[in-house]
Amino acid sequence: MSTPLILLVLAIFAIVCYVVGTRRALAIAGGLSFRLHSRQGYYGAFVAICAIVPAAAVLVVWLVASPLYINSTIHDGFPAEVKAQSEAQQGLSFGMVNSLARGMDVLTLEEIDAVGANPAELRSALGAKGVPLAGDPEPWMVASAGDLNAMQKISNRVMTAIVLMVALAGAGLSYVRIAPRFRARNRVEKVILSALVLASSIAIVTTIGIVMSMLTEAGHFFGRVPAWEFFFGTVWDPRFAAAGAGAASDGQFGLIPLLAGTLYIGFVAMLVAVPVGLFSAIYMSEYASPRVRSIAKPLLEVLAGIPTIVYGFFALTSVGPFLRDISAQLHGLATGEYVNFIQAQSVLTAGFVMGIMLIPYVSSLSDDIITAVPRALRDGSLGLGATKSETIKKVVMPAALPGVVGALLMTASRAIGETMIVVLAAGVAARMQLNPFEPMTTVTVKIVSQLTGDLEFTSPQTLVAFALGITLFAITLCLNIYALFIVRKYREQYE
Amino acid sequence: MTDVVSSPAGVIDKPARRDIGIKRRYRAERRFRAYGIAALSFGLLFLALLLWSVVSKGYTAFQQTMITVPVEFSEQIIDKDNERATDPQKLMTANYPIVARNAVAKALGVAENDTAGLRAVNQMISNGVRGQLRDMVLANPQIIGTTQTVSLLAAGDIDSAFKGQIDLSVTEQNRKISDRQVGWMNQLVEAGALGKHFNTGIFVNGNSSRPEAAGVGVALIGSFYMMLIVLVLSLPIGVAASIYLEEFAPKNRLTDLIEVNINNLAAVPSIVYGLLGLAVFINFMELPRSASLVGGLVLTLMTLPTIIIATRAALKAVPPSIRAAALGLGASKMQTIFHHVLPLAMPGILTGTIIGLAHALGETAPLLLIGMVAFVANYPTTPMDPSTALPVQIYMWANEAERAFVERTSGAIIILLLFLIVMNVGAILLRRRFERRW
Repeated sequence: MSTPLILLVLAIFAIVCYVVGTRRALAIAGGLSFRLHSRQGYYGAFVAICAIVPAAAVLVVWLVASPLYINSTIHDGFPAEVKAQSEAQQGLSFGMVNSLARGMDVLTLEEIDAVGANPAELRSALGAKGVPLAGDPEPWMVASAGDLNAMQKISNRVMTAIVLMVALAGAGLSYVRIAPRFRARNRVEKVILSALVLASSIAIVTTIGIVMSMLTEAGHFFGRVPAWEFFFGTVWDPRFAAAGAGAASDGQFGLIPLLAGTLYIGFVAMLVAVPVGLFSAIYMSEYASPRVRSIAKPLLEVLAGIPTIVYGFFALTSVGPFLRDISAQLHGLATGEYVNFIQAQSVLTAGFVMGIMLIPYVSSLSDDIITAVPRALRDGSLGLGATKSETIKKVVMPAALPGVVGALLMTASRAIGETMIVVLAAGVAARMQLNPFEPMTTVTVKIVSQLTGDLEFTSPQTLVAFALGITLFAITLCLNIYALFIVRKYREQYE
Repeated sequence: MTDVVSSPAGVIDKPARRDIGIKRRYRAERRFRAYGIAALSFGLLFLALLLWSVVSKGYTAFQQTMITVPVEFSEQIIDKDNERATDPQKLMTANYPIVARNAVAKALGVAENDTAGLRAVNQMISNGVRGQLRDMVLANPQIIGTTQTVSLLAAGDIDSAFKGQIDLSVTEQNRKISDRQVGWMNQLVEAGALGKHFNTGIFVNGNSSRPEAAGVGVALIGSFYMMLIVLVLSLPIGVAASIYLEEFAPKNRLTDLIEVNINNLAAVPSIVYGLLGLAVFINFMELPRSASLVGGLVLTLMTLPTIIIATRAALKAVPPSIRAAALGLGASKMQTIFHHVLPLAMPGILTGTIIGLAHALGETAPLLLIGMVAFVANYPTTPMDPSTALPVQIYMWANEAERAFVERTSGAIIILLLFLIVMNVGAILLRRRFERRW
């Protein structure tokens, strides 16, 4: 049976178990449910859980383990001269055997007999059935493919039998345990609790997955390129293998220009977002009437809900050309010569648009923090005769400062990790310069450009993306943990 | 005691008004307030500008210029040697663009030996007519030899010119359509043959290198699959994790670590999730590239922290009295939570989930890394098939150079924003309708 079919059978079996278990419990209690320790549904659920959980576990283990075993057996059966070949060659042969095996499933018995005598015809026969082969199969490959198919068939049959037997055994064993004093609810709740624990550990597993996967791939990269050349190199020039010859042409992978671009664009973005966001937050929390606030706050938060690709498109088609044209006009007015000194793709364009995107993050985070400053502080200052703005500047803001700084750090980590705006609006030239009107590039842009297109997971040109990724992850993680630390510490003061 | 200076007759001098800078301070007050208003207006102005720039560029994408002419399905061109009964490929590969060209040329009165003229006519109709006419013929081979009135897709340049997006006052060499074609276009307009129709293609077509035939159909299906996967996986897992952390977890270092971890995962740049998906799902588990399954898994991991945070807030908002009452009546802790607390927290959980889904729908960067930038013209049937997603489609079109693609991109953005608006309004309504305050 195929795996989905087995799952379906298990699901139906579970429902049956539930119904049967519930009935049985009620019958034992003579139809009076108060004689049971638990409500009758729990007995049904207990039987169902005992039936499918072990069976599903067996299924998963089998599905993972059996291909590994079969593949290694097939591999051991390769002729000696094939085993002498390189790793990649063997991989190719193995791929051939695999697709042959898949193809031979499609062919009918007579067709297999027909081509069995002449393996050379197999390729065209399979091609007609829609199974392309990379090359002409050799006789030993056909034999291997036959073995593979046979083993898979046996494995599948054994698996189906074992899984169904485990399910039946589980159901039977739990069925006979049903008794009025049996604590079914406690058992079921224990299982539910372990499911809850499992679910909450996914967060940890994700983090470990991120760190492990990037560390391994970045480790491969640092095996090719020394770490100090990556972290302190000032030239980014990852020549693709086709451009040169030999290992010497791997190119240079200097992180510094990318990091400089990232920080520069992030700085410009913060230059826009911080004053605008902070003043909006102050106005909305201290001055605006509830009516204005109830309209302006959600509207400003719409900015946070717009996908970043839309901002990127806005920067690419509206802001960039606008800045370019206006700079040409300004230059023309000043010198009479209409030359644009702002490029359409530039640090300014990307930073400005990213700044707009960040406004709602700054404003809503700081709004919460400003509102959390106790009323008494304000009243005291106002009562001493300070104006509202003086109160804000001298009392409210200093009190809110740690929280605001935390909010700004979180916003900065967003600016550093932002991708789509810079991909479309910042340019791809990795340069170190200080002119905000020229294009620069960022870490995220390079991750995207190294990983889109044809990939081979062995070249440093693609592996460098993981080194960039772990750098990015580390930077944003530090910013966030520090920000969280500040915010938590501050929050404790007034609670 | 020091002498107190007092005026004669014991009258205390009215103190001279000390200058405490009240005017200056009030000016500063007004200035400060104005900064606030300016900042707020700046933000709202750019929101308006952003939306206006997208809508003004994109609303025309929902109309498509068509040329409606009688088309003669000439047997001479389609199947000269009458082989269609024996060779099924014949009707698939027939030269349909010539059929369309001849029809338009006839309507314009271009002579059959005017090669340059015919070429210019050919440029006026889209390459998409090949598929259009082929599908008509395949559906009903009887129409070969007859004349039918068909609305043909106009080429992207004609479409742009007719919508007024190409400046016709510049010299002929510097624009994409010639004076002659403009003349023909006007001639067809006067004859009532050329006009704008509602563009269903943008909703149902797959990607195409020709802007007039490109649509977001495949991307919509891909996005739909991904949202389904995200919903099915992240809602139960997220709710289960939050219940454990909020209701059962002992306060110790491990749960504290999980808590910090979740908050951090919510702030990890989305592109890092793309790298994770590439390394784990594609490289290690060998799932197919470009598949919506992988995209859905990556977006699930990305959305989980958002849902967990929202769910925990919703659970926290249920007052302890509810729990105490249920426990007091003899319910177990598990029963209290699943029968009483969870239903009461459900509106908040669903609101958080919808907002998380809306974020996932607009996410682009991680999908680029797992190969969803592939050019996909065919509908995916299962989540394992190569597919693309709406925001990725937008990214791909934004990189196209042709003018007509700007319109398409904006149109696709409008579609994406409409989905987001519907989801967010749904979330707000849900909250308004079911939210309880205790």
